[in-house]
Amino acid sequence: MGIVTPGFQGRPRAEAPDLPPGQYLTPDFPVLSAGPTPRVPRDQWEFVISSETGTEYRWSWDEMMALPQETPTVDIHCVTRWSKLGTTWRGVSLDTLLDGVDTAADYALAHSYGGYTTNLPLEDLRDGQAWLVHTYDGDDLPAEHGGPARLLVPHLYFWKSAKWVRGIHLTVEDTPGFWETAGYHDYGDPWREQRYQGD
Amino acid sequence: MTALPYVDGNMLDGPLGEVFAVDLSSATARCANCGTPGPVAGLRVYSHAPGLVGRCPTCVEVMLRLVRAPDRAWLDLRGATFLQFPMPPDRPR
Repeated sequence: MGIVTPGFQGRPRAEAPDLPPGQYLTPDFPVLSAGPTPRVPRDQWEFVISSETGTEYRWSWDEMMALPQETPTVDIHCVTRWSKLGTTWRGVSLDTLLDGVDTAADYALAHSYGGYTTNLPLEDLRDGQAWLVHTYDGDDLPAEHGGPARLLVPHLYFWKSAKWVRGIHLTVEDTPGFWETAGYHDYGDPWREQRYQGD
Repeated sequence: MTALPYVDGNMLDGPLGEVFAVDLSSATARCANCGTPGPVAGLRVYSHAPGLVGRCPTCVEVMLRLVRAPDRAWLDLRGATFLQFPMPPDRPR
């Protein structure tokens, strides 16, 4: 392996059969970040979905918390090769947030407080596959893990689950995000080991 | 809560040395966002990430990203308007 290695240096462990290829199991919850941790007070937090026509749909913290809440328990897989099984979150399904959003877009670009971005096909945010979560393991989501709220899209590598998410732009054209413009795979399916461009 | 750690740009010597033949330890980079020039060694490097992210010590915007796959590397310098390297004196022709 070269000198540049992914940031988290975990202990290699035997791969379990329920892990995607190249992943190892960790009981920890490693903190990865490409910059300083944003501190966003809930009374200043907002979440905005903007359509390809420029129409904006906004939720304050209280408005988001008043929406129907779900408690998904999911496995998460980081492209730096750690996986964590059976993590429990609480938040709002993207189906709920997208309900009533008038769009013909095929793509989504999630953007975060602090400037991070990541892109996904819009269909990967629908049908019970994605959530806006504010609680992890029964407690408020800590800032280092993306609180007050982050995206949770567990069927893709975890860099797609944008921490400190602020909103989603719906777009007709695919717009690669922060890591996708720097060599990482545009889609990022851990079961097909789509880590880097061309994988 | 503890702030996430970053290290100084001296840690980039080895990783960038894989890519460049010149020694970048004494290079200067200018931030595309705030315009401040400074030594590469002075960048704030966030390495607990899928790649290395070098941020301007003045405005904290991203100046450099380096991603290393097993057989490839990507270097994104769109956040830096130039890199200035010390060079040996040009030989007279």
